[in-house]
Formats: sequence, C-alpha cells, structure tokens
Amino acid sequence: MSKHKYSYDDDSVVVIIGSGAGGGTLANELCQKGIPVVLLEAGKRQSIGTFINDEWPSFHQLAWLDHRTTSGSWRIAKDFPNLPAWICKTVGGTTVHWAGASLRFQEHEFKALSTYGKIDGANLLDWPLTLAELEPYYDRAEKKMGVTRTNDIPGLPGNNNFKVMYHGARKLGYQDVHTGRMAINSRPRDGRASCLQIGFCFQGCKSGAKWSTLYTEIPQAEATGKLDLRPESHVAKIEHDEKGRVTGVLYFDKDGNLPRQRARIVCVAGNSIESPRLLLNSASSMFPNGLANSSGQVGRNYMRHMTGSVYAVFEKEVHMYRGTTMAGIITDESRHDPSRGFVGGYEMETISLGLPFMAAFFDPGAWGRKFTEAMESYTRMAGMWLVGEDLPQESNRVTLHPTEKDQYGLPVPNVHFDDHPNDIAMREHAYKQGQAVYEAAGAIRTYRVPPYPSTHNLGTCRMSARPEDGVCNKFGQTHDIPNLFISDGSQFTTSAAENPTLTIVALAIRQAEYIADQMNKRAI
Amino acid sequence: MSVQTSRRDFLKTSGAVLGGVLLYSSGPIAMLAPGRAWALELKSLTKAEGEALLRFTRHLYPHDGLEDAVYALVVKDLDTEAAKDKEVQALLRKGVAELNSKAGGNWLALAEREQFKLVEAIEGTPFFEKVRSTAIVSLYDNDMAYAYFGYPGASFQHGGYLHRGFNDLDWLPEPPPEASPPAY
Repeated sequence: MSKHKYSYDDDSVVVIIGSGAGGGTLANELCQKGIPVVLLEAGKRQSIGTFINDEWPSFHQLAWLDHRTTSGSWRIAKDFPNLPAWICKTVGGTTVHWAGASLRFQEHEFKALSTYGKIDGANLLDWPLTLAELEPYYDRAEKKMGVTRTNDIPGLPGNNNFKVMYHGARKLGYQDVHTGRMAINSRPRDGRASCLQIGFCFQGCKSGAKWSTLYTEIPQAEATGKLDLRPESHVAKIEHDEKGRVTGVLYFDKDGNLPRQRARIVCVAGNSIESPRLLLNSASSMFPNGLANSSGQVGRNYMRHMTGSVYAVFEKEVHMYRGTTMAGIITDESRHDPSRGFVGGYEMETISLGLPFMAAFFDPGAWGRKFTEAMESYTRMAGMWLVGEDLPQESNRVTLHPTEKDQYGLPVPNVHFDDHPNDIAMREHAYKQGQAVYEAAGAIRTYRVPPYPSTHNLGTCRMSARPEDGVCNKFGQTHDIPNLFISDGSQFTTSAAENPTLTIVALAIRQAEYIADQMNKRAI
Repeated sequence: MSVQTSRRDFLKTSGAVLGGVLLYSSGPIAMLAPGRAWALELKSLTKAEGEALLRFTRHLYPHDGLEDAVYALVVKDLDTEAAKDKEVQALLRKGVAELNSKAGGNWLALAEREQFKLVEAIEGTPFFEKVRSTAIVSLYDNDMAYAYFGYPGASFQHGGYLHRGFNDLDWLPEPPPEASPPAY
C-alpha cells in the first residue's frame, strides 16, 4: 500500500530520476500533456525561504556530498579528491545553484567531428541533431525560462564587476560584450519578482528571479494533478523484464525502505556522474555491463568544460560580490578559429565568490604571503570565469569504484579526468586574454585561478546516430532499451562552449513531445 | 586506551583558557567586540598547545592587522575536533611537540623568522595539512574576518544591492545602455 499519489504497482507512470533542468522540465512537460509522472529526487525540498546567504552553510544545505572518488591528472583529484563536482542534491537539482547563463549552441558545435576533423586522443562525433532541428525548442526554452535579450525581455543592469570587464574588453577590442542572456528576471515575469542584485546566485535565489525548476516547472506540474514528487528518494537500480524492457526502479526512500516503483517508461536525469553510475549499478545477467551499454560508452566521454578563472586587483574598490554573480559576458572568443592553436571556443563571463569561497577556491592548498596579499585585496577584485568546449575522450570516465560504497551500500562513482592538449591550449589562451582584459582596465595584479569542482558535467551517456558510437538517439531514447531515456546533460555528444542548461531544457521539451507521441502510438 | 584514562586526560586539560587583548581599540573588529579582552576555553588542548597552534596559523595565513582573536577561532575548531576525535588530538599534540623538539624545547620562544623556517620545513605533513585545511575555512568564515576584509556577507535581509550600490563604481566610464540596460 503506497502513501503516494500513484501506487508502487502502477505501471502506467513515467518515472523520472532527478528534478533538475532535465528531469524537472521533462516532468512538467509530460504532466501538461496529462501523462502521470513519478519524480524521484535524492535530495530534500528547500524553498526561497530556506535558502541561506552564507556560502558554507548553503553548500551543506544544497550540494551533492555523497562519497565519490577521483583519479587522473586534473588538479581536482589532488585538491578535492572527494568532490569532483559542485552540483546539487535537492529538489530542483543544480538549477538551484546555477548562475542563469542561457546561451544557444552554435551551428558548428553540433558538428564537432566534421568541423574540427579527427583529433588524436579525442572521441569526437557529430550530434545526431542540428541547430535547425533544435531551434524551435530553444525558442520555447527561452520563453519558459524568461531569458533576457530574447522575447523582448530587456537585459539585466550591469554591476561593478561587469563595468570593469566591459571596460577592459572594449579597450582590448572585443565587440560582443553585454550583460548576457540570463534566465533571471530583469522585470517581474511569470509570477516571479525581478532581480534584487542580492549576489548569492549560487546559494539559491532568495527573490526567485532566477529560473529554477524548484519554483517554476515543479509547482506547475503539481498544479496539473499529474505529478507525484518524492524527495529524499535515491534510486538504487533500474529493473527490466526478460524482453529487455525496463519495468521500474528500486529506490531508498527517506525512511530507509527500498520500495519498487513500477513504470511504463524510465527517464534518467541524475546529472552526468549519477546517471551513468545508475546504469552501471543496474547491471543484470542480460545486461552484464550495465543498462543501455552495448556500445561500451556508458560513463565514457565525461566532459566538464575547459574552465578557469581570472581575478584581478585594482587600485580602487570594485565590490564584485554585489549583484548578479554572472553579470556579463564576452562572446568574441566563442568562435571556432584554429589559428589560435586549438579547436572550438570559449566564453568569458563575470564571476564572484564570497570571502569564504574565495579562500577555499582561489588557490587550493596555498598558504603564505602571496595568498594572503590576494585576500587582503578582496574588495578591490574583479573576476571572470572562462568556459569553453572540452573534447570528449573515452578514458575520461565515470566508473564504479571496485571497493568503496556509499551510505546505501552501493558502489560509489569514480571520476577519472585528464585534460586533452586542446583543453590545455585553450585554457592558456583564455587565461592570457582574461588577464589582458583586466590589464586594459588598469589592473595592478591578475591571478589565474584553477578550475573549480565541475558544475558542467556532460557526455557520459552520449547521443549518437549509430548505436555503436553512443548510448542514446537524438531524442535521448537509449539505443538498447526503447522505454529507457537519458534526460540530462549526459546526452551531450560534445560540450560546445556554452553553459549547458538552456540546451538541457530545450532537449527535455523536445523529448517530452517524443515520449508523448511514442506513448500514443503504443510504441512504448 | 581505557575510558578512565581518556576521562582523566579530559579532566586534566579541560578548563585551559587561551586569551588576549585586542590589538586595535578601534576599527571593524573592535566594533563587533563587546570588550577588548577575549578568551577561549579549550576542551581538549593545553594552553601551550593552543598558543602554538594560533602562532602556527599566523605563519600560514599572515594578515598583519588581523587580531589574534580571529586566529583563535581556528584553534577553537581544532580543539573542538580534537575533543571529539582522539586521532586528531594525537596528531595536533604530536605536531606541536615535534615543533618544540626541533626548536630545542619551545618553538614559541624562537624569533619569528626561525619559527617560520620550521613551519616551512613541515609543509605537507598531516599535522601541517590539518591546521591549514581547518584554517582556510575557519579563518575566513566568521563575522570578524568579514569585517576585516570588508565583505558584508548576507544581503537578502537588506534587500540585496539593487538600491545599495551594486553599480556604484565611478572610476570607469558607464557602459552604454545596450550593453548594460538601466535597472527596473
């Protein structure tokens, strides 16, 4: 006997695992079409009332802190060996934490292999999808999320951090510099307030101006009467029948029980570490290498974007922490221009950290006068984040740890990552240009800050035209199991330069249409 | 290790007090403090150990104008952990003892430059990393540090910065409205 809207035995429901940009959006889109959805979220439900304007306590409230391990030559494995990713375990997933940057991919980025050509060490592939095919869904995603500079929504006002970047960028000759395309209300919209320039975007937006599935998609889905949201529900295993169709999931509920929820369709949206981990943990005698893994690509091609930050100290006060964290963008370097010494491109976006996180992330492990001198300049600092395309590599990979287990006794994921030479060349270029921007604005000192634990986790269940090259088709439907879908950034064939959320949302809207159509046709 | 022994250890060391007087009688930290004197009661470490750890932290993260009272918060967190975890207590105790032994008896009695040389010499050891990794959080995550570094912390209760200077920087020209539209 279930205490839930839908009984555990109800095999007419779509089970969605994860309530972030992919899962939360997909849940709402399906519910709007009258389809019953059980949405399983590992974390608790917070609200704009419970978010905390304080970095460490907020981190403990929102972040995914279950045990994980790392390996490889990336610096994260040394500095944060158990924190490969800075993502969320809470209703709304990482849309609670994200900064709001909402950029479409460029046409060539869907055709990485044919544009860049074969590159040693890279497992490049074209998406089985074109920009033209995705454009109508980008339109709908931008409208849904209220992205500034689209749909006649004005841009946000720039803060001090933006002013510094803008000035330096223009002096350096960059052309395309503005306060970005942001899923943050610059005017009240969709029942949500406009931005109060609070400055704690990463800690959950306390004005609700920033789009998050927590207070947009999920309540809209609940209003249809079709959604059964179950927080604190950690899926342990996806089950299947003798025909190889998935039949439901086993999950740990908040009381530590392990109920079985039956399902007509299962959609996996646990972010690019948990999604492949779940498929691998669901191995059976029929699928000994994990579900949907006939290609062997589940967990492979893990991408985290080429990232890094540049902070600069000025003579006069900046107070970068005031207002929108990602307050503006330079897009000039996002083009593909191999004359720079690498393929693909990168974006330059303002960023700021509060004092506690500046200490933690400025130069992890550092100590001494050079470090404290930087900290002493905190109020005179400006900062930018560099985010660019990184190349898929088969050996960059999420695997199950052979011995270590989590609090449920399940094997923990290990995240292995090495930079590709292209990533290193791009980062070097980006650091140099970022420093040049600030020097043009009059910086006294500039600092290259290493990548933070990854917020953009991509590619571990990638889309491919041919089943042997990837895990799912262009609708996120797995090649091997027609009623099993991938619904998050794990689907990405390549990373592109842009922040991924808008594309995850566009794909979820498109996937919902496909699922509804396939259900109508009784194909699944 | 019997329960009795640990209890005797606890009784022996509890009640040690680390204390001092604020260096600056005015300024951001003094404004937060109820008085000039500060004191920290230790649960697990001795006064001498507390003093050594405070000085050690000053060498790791030297902010010359930052009061000992703020560094004492690092000692407080180390002490709290040591009270809960005997391994941490042993690590800290042994770490301080080794500093003293390398200093020929009392590391704190050395000149600052000599103290620093011994800090540098043990970079990367478990003791060093324990103090450093605690300090990098504790030292910069408290109201007194916020005041010292000029970071105001939470802003929501003040209505954010929309009407409190989010764009008040005036030493560079204003970006044009197409790049940075006016606020709502």
